[in-house]
Amino acid sequence: MDNSPSAVSRSEAMRSFKIATWLGWQITSNWTDPFLFAIYSIIRPISRAAILVVMYGVITQGNFTNPLFPYIYLGNAFYTYVFTVMNGVSWAVIDDREHYKTLKYMYIAPIRIPFYLLGRGMAGFLTASLSVVITILAGALFLHVSIDPLHANWLVFFVALFIGVIMLSMMGLLLAAVCLLVARHAGSVAEGVSGVLFLFCGAIYPLEVLPKWLQPVGFANPITYWLELMRRSLVGSVAQAFPTLARFNNLELLGILLGLTVLFTALSIFVFRYSDRLARERGLIDRTTNY
Amino acid sequence: MSKNVANVSQKHTGWRLFWQSVIARSYPRIIGQQREASWLLFEVIMPMASVIAYVLVYRALKAPQEYVSFVVLGGAMSAFWMNVLWSMSTQLYWEKEQGNLALYIMAPNSMMSILLGMALGGMVATILRAVVIVLLGSLMFGVHYVVVSPFVLFAVLLISMVALYGLGMMFASAFLLFGREAWAIADMITEPVNLVSGLYFPIKSLPFWIAAAASIIPLTLGLDAMRQLAFPNGFKLGFLTTRVEIFILVCLSVIFLAGAKLLLDYTEKLAIREGRLTEARR
Repeated sequence: MDNSPSAVSRSEAMRSFKIATWLGWQITSNWTDPFLFAIYSIIRPISRAAILVVMYGVITQGNFTNPLFPYIYLGNAFYTYVFTVMNGVSWAVIDDREHYKTLKYMYIAPIRIPFYLLGRGMAGFLTASLSVVITILAGALFLHVSIDPLHANWLVFFVALFIGVIMLSMMGLLLAAVCLLVARHAGSVAEGVSGVLFLFCGAIYPLEVLPKWLQPVGFANPITYWLELMRRSLVGSVAQAFPTLARFNNLELLGILLGLTVLFTALSIFVFRYSDRLARERGLIDRTTNY
Repeated sequence: MSKNVANVSQKHTGWRLFWQSVIARSYPRIIGQQREASWLLFEVIMPMASVIAYVLVYRALKAPQEYVSFVVLGGAMSAFWMNVLWSMSTQLYWEKEQGNLALYIMAPNSMMSILLGMALGGMVATILRAVVIVLLGSLMFGVHYVVVSPFVLFAVLLISMVALYGLGMMFASAFLLFGREAWAIADMITEPVNLVSGLYFPIKSLPFWIAAAASIIPLTLGLDAMRQLAFPNGFKLGFLTTRVEIFILVCLSVIFLAGAKLLLDYTEKLAIREGRLTEARR
């Protein structure tokens, strides 16, 4: 048995992550019976997608063959991950500190706090996956979203999904760092950030629709490249239909996504360490803001 | 000195107590909430982000301008729906969690006055946010209004608010009975209501029976009537005539307010009989 400090540290990190994922899933799902939870998981994403479907259908008079439709539909479906993962990580700080009042005990327990928070984000990912799968299935079965499982690029899909989840988790960690320090609006941080990012990532419209001076914000946003890869992997034809990222091939997009993910990871780790130290120094770990 | 003692010992009862309770409960919403300017920022930014996103979808689809106008007005009305859902329907549940609910029930005032105070306060406070959304949206996207009868438009807004907040008052008791599930239920119904009430498209676009069923949500007909009264081509995309819509909204107001009273009485009885309804359970 390896008892070296690095092995113990790795084991602690993995245990924190796994337990937090299980805990997060329990908190998310055990408020009701499985039947109601299934309805809850289905009704929200389908309704959100249906708003866009009706809008699209009214204007195009039901022409669902235009590549803009899968662009909008899949972009909206995958964006579910953005809020859920980021909120899963950052909300854990508020939930454990203000609601359950257990954050201080987490800090003195033999666990790694950043990995614990990332585990809570993973629970968000699992919940969101249910919604995303249902939305995409409904699109493929009932709304002519032309996804052919035999022609989909599954390698790109899973690689992009993996990198994307890391990227979103790191963004969540950045927000968790903010939540550790701020006394007000901590609960709305993830909702606000994901709401604003939604406008600048080409999720439901191509970036060209934005005013020219705002388009660079979209190009600096890693979610833009991630959504493009997710769409391309399932429905290749959307890439040719819009000029936004047409000049990049899949490998180049993966490279950009990876680069931005590394950048966000470094930034998140740095900011979280700083905030964590400040929160301990100022005695903010066990405070209750009641906000 | 003796005058002050007399004032303190003077007991208010009946309607006087009722209206004083209404004013007292609406005070933190109208005055207190405005003191925290950052709330205004958050409550405007979130609906505005949705408005901008949906307008840009219409722009990408090269939709006629009236659809853009519809989104702006729908975004403003969504502020009321959010307020009804999160600050009315779930409010008694939050009050229970914070320990205030037992105090409300023990106090000599009517619970209906507490709910009415919450509704009035929430409505007035949200009007400010809705106005900001309409102004910003109109300026950003060049929305053009042609209001033939401002009085009727105002009347429709008022009746819609009475019906909508009546629904919120009714939900407040119902959500309290849901217990721990209240938060999830509120979360669950947000998007379906956004869909069926036609916040971002004319309700006429939905199949007739779905639109008819959705008319039980006051937001649906209120918004449809306002669009018909505020935009040049609004009447072409209207679901029913404004007269019919106003009539249905009046009926809904009466039904929801009566329903709120009945459910509240039931909840109060349950709270006293079982003694557990006011307990916060974590």
